[in-house]
Amino acid sequence: MKALRNFLDKVKPNFEEGGKLAMFRSVFDGFETFLFVPGTTAKHGTHIHDCIDSKRVMSMVVIALIPALLFGIYNVGYQHYLVTGQDTTDFCGMAVFGLAAVLPKIVVSYLVGLGIEFIVAQWKREEIQEGFLVSGLLIPMIVPVNCPLWMLAVATAFAVIFAKEVFGGTGMNIFNVALITRAFLFFSYPTAMSGDAVWIATDPILGIGGDAAVVDGMTGATALGQVAVAESGLATVTDAMGNTLSTMDMFIGLIPGSIGETSKLAILIGAVILLLSGIASWKTMFSVFVGGAVVGYIFNSVGATPITWYEHILLGGFCFGAVFMATDPVTSARTECGKYVFGFLVGAVAIVIRVLNPGFPEGMMLAILLMNLFAPLIDNLVVQANINRRLKRANKVK
Amino acid sequence: MAELIRIKRGLDIKLKGKAGQIFGKAEPATLFSIRPDDFQGIKPKVVVKDGDVVKAGTVIFQDKANPEMKFVSPVSGTVLEVKRGDRRKVLNISIQSDGAYASEPFKKVDPSTLSAADVKSLMLASGFWPFIKQRPYDIVADPNVAPKAIFISGFDTAPLAPEYDYILEGKLEEFQLGVNALAKLTTGKVHIGINIENASKVYKGTKGVELHEFEGPHPTGNVGVQIHHVDPINKGEVVWCINPQDVVTIGTAFKKGAYDFSKIIILSGSCVKKPAYYRTTYFAQLSNILADNVENPANARFISGNVLTGMQIAPDGFLGAYDSQVTVIPEGKQSEFLGWIMPRLNKFSVNRSYFSWLLGGSKEYVLDTNINGGERAFIMSGEYDRVFPMDILPEFLVKAIIAKDIDKMEQLGIYEVAPEDFALCEFVCSSKIETQRIVREGLDFLRKEMA
Repeated sequence: MKALRNFLDKVKPNFEEGGKLAMFRSVFDGFETFLFVPGTTAKHGTHIHDCIDSKRVMSMVVIALIPALLFGIYNVGYQHYLVTGQDTTDFCGMAVFGLAAVLPKIVVSYLVGLGIEFIVAQWKREEIQEGFLVSGLLIPMIVPVNCPLWMLAVATAFAVIFAKEVFGGTGMNIFNVALITRAFLFFSYPTAMSGDAVWIATDPILGIGGDAAVVDGMTGATALGQVAVAESGLATVTDAMGNTLSTMDMFIGLIPGSIGETSKLAILIGAVILLLSGIASWKTMFSVFVGGAVVGYIFNSVGATPITWYEHILLGGFCFGAVFMATDPVTSARTECGKYVFGFLVGAVAIVIRVLNPGFPEGMMLAILLMNLFAPLIDNLVVQANINRRLKRANKVK
Repeated sequence: MAELIRIKRGLDIKLKGKAGQIFGKAEPATLFSIRPDDFQGIKPKVVVKDGDVVKAGTVIFQDKANPEMKFVSPVSGTVLEVKRGDRRKVLNISIQSDGAYASEPFKKVDPSTLSAADVKSLMLASGFWPFIKQRPYDIVADPNVAPKAIFISGFDTAPLAPEYDYILEGKLEEFQLGVNALAKLTTGKVHIGINIENASKVYKGTKGVELHEFEGPHPTGNVGVQIHHVDPINKGEVVWCINPQDVVTIGTAFKKGAYDFSKIIILSGSCVKKPAYYRTTYFAQLSNILADNVENPANARFISGNVLTGMQIAPDGFLGAYDSQVTVIPEGKQSEFLGWIMPRLNKFSVNRSYFSWLLGGSKEYVLDTNINGGERAFIMSGEYDRVFPMDILPEFLVKAIIAKDIDKMEQLGIYEVAPEDFALCEFVCSSKIETQRIVREGLDFLRKEMA
């Protein structure tokens, strides 16, 4: 480590103002602070600081995402092997296929997003911030496996520039950056983002995955897709091969869906990491589930939706959104009371969209984006209540 | 006594280097230095010249806006230098002691027998006035405004803070005289916040005050928190506060009929070899106490005050005007390889992604001055609320200050706070935002706008 430190110290002058490589100053800075926590000491104010920093916060979220990511990679392979009639006990084969399908998406997302962040940081002469470490991993996890890479690149660029950098960068954005990426894809390229053909990789990738043809009777629709188009009265949903899905199947998650969203088990592990470390607010997360459960129960009991409240929660991106996206502290409500309201409404609106609008089988993305918009309003009400309490106190004295 | 006030939100940071109830021995200081900047909200007009002979209680400078408000020398000796910086701003006035501790005369009287106007002019002329601070704005009390109450926090909950029970032992008479003087300055009450865990013998023996029992972690000992829970400051109201040791100093002068600026301080911190209490004097140079008592002084941070709100001083620096504590901790200039992902078992965090929450609350930590990260915009929410035990939304108040939105600052309660109340927010902030500096600037900005 000493050698690395010495090397950095040696090349550092090149990157400083007037140095040969000054145009890469932010990039160097970014890597240096990534490798070594800087020796900056307190000059004003408190002389000691908690050892938490935003790098730690972001990396905890990345760690929490890893179970869902790994499962997603496996599931991509599993679904491919399933619908092509191959041996679904070939763990390695499926994992390799999944990796071949998912890894390029991760690389593209990071390359495009970080590339833009580096350029903007250099242009604004700021330090590179680590916010995109999380967004960049979320993006590939919330798209269908068949989403073309170029679309992903365009959407990521759009989101990073117009949802984040124009607002001032990390911590300043109004909307969740990853969800803006998905919304951009969803509305610009609807055929690549919804329907029955996008959720399962049916073709081999770079020769990996065998050239077996898709077996007869395969249906690529997600469970929620089936619910949305179903005649009233349909009470069971099936996997790609037409087998009825049990609650356990929905929980384990070997079903079609966006790459990272299918396994509730993996998401649960992530949720435990986030809640134990206190990075995500349990208030927000808990309220999302309450909101979804309550509205799901009401709709189910009046017959507006054929599936029960817990199936609504287990299916689609509800859990993923609740755990990883609604809890984004920047775009959710920031007051403690506001978090309950924000969370409840995210859960409730998601189910309302699913049930009442047949055009959108999945409502989580739109619900979170909508509530992102209203989060400042919710906070404002809480702040106003605080202000009113103070005014009342002052008036009582008079 | 009013009922017990339990404070839930807050944080006790356990640091290594706590001093027990013992006194260390050190040669008395010979050099003294008064920094006008210690006194917020005043503009100094120096009335002595280099080489002037002074006694304890001789006027050194006065406030330009209120010329009757004097600032006096703590000892007898000669004025060494009136040091000025850019635009002739007075940086400090240093005084060489002659070791005789001769004093200007003072009125030997029980202030409760004097009229309110007499006490006020005596306090202003004697140089004791500047030890009274006011809220709003956290500045030296404005003598032209009547406070609705005077608050004394009887204990300090900051890291490694002194125990005032120990410092004030046997000073009941002096404390009572000081309180009598303060009582003349307000038509309201004199409140003392005491800690339920302490004996508080002196406070409980004092007459003419209202005691309030508190229980809870830091910042329970902050006077701002106590004011908020006892008699909060509304717009247009003014509250004065003063440190218990300064009350004793005032009382001592009334008792003896002479100035006695001796003071007891605590020297603590992980870099201190023998943490202990020391007898010294206001504004004294600390080198006699610090000499040979600090491990690796080249890599140490010397602080007059506590680690959260104190001021960095040189190894041969001076005691700040309001401080009863000197802390020495290691500097943290080293960079740390991939530190943000390491377990960092020896570092302290309230965040549970580190393991301090598993290691138990009694473990003492050696914390250095490293910021442990880079400054960011607000990202995490709710961090401040957990350590800010007032019905105020700290993050929103800080944002209002940054935006210079005067209406919002007022509405969100800026009149109740001082920078020290935000010290823990600054400590826990994962975005490393300098909240104390922001609040100080906000208070100064508001005062200018409201004048």
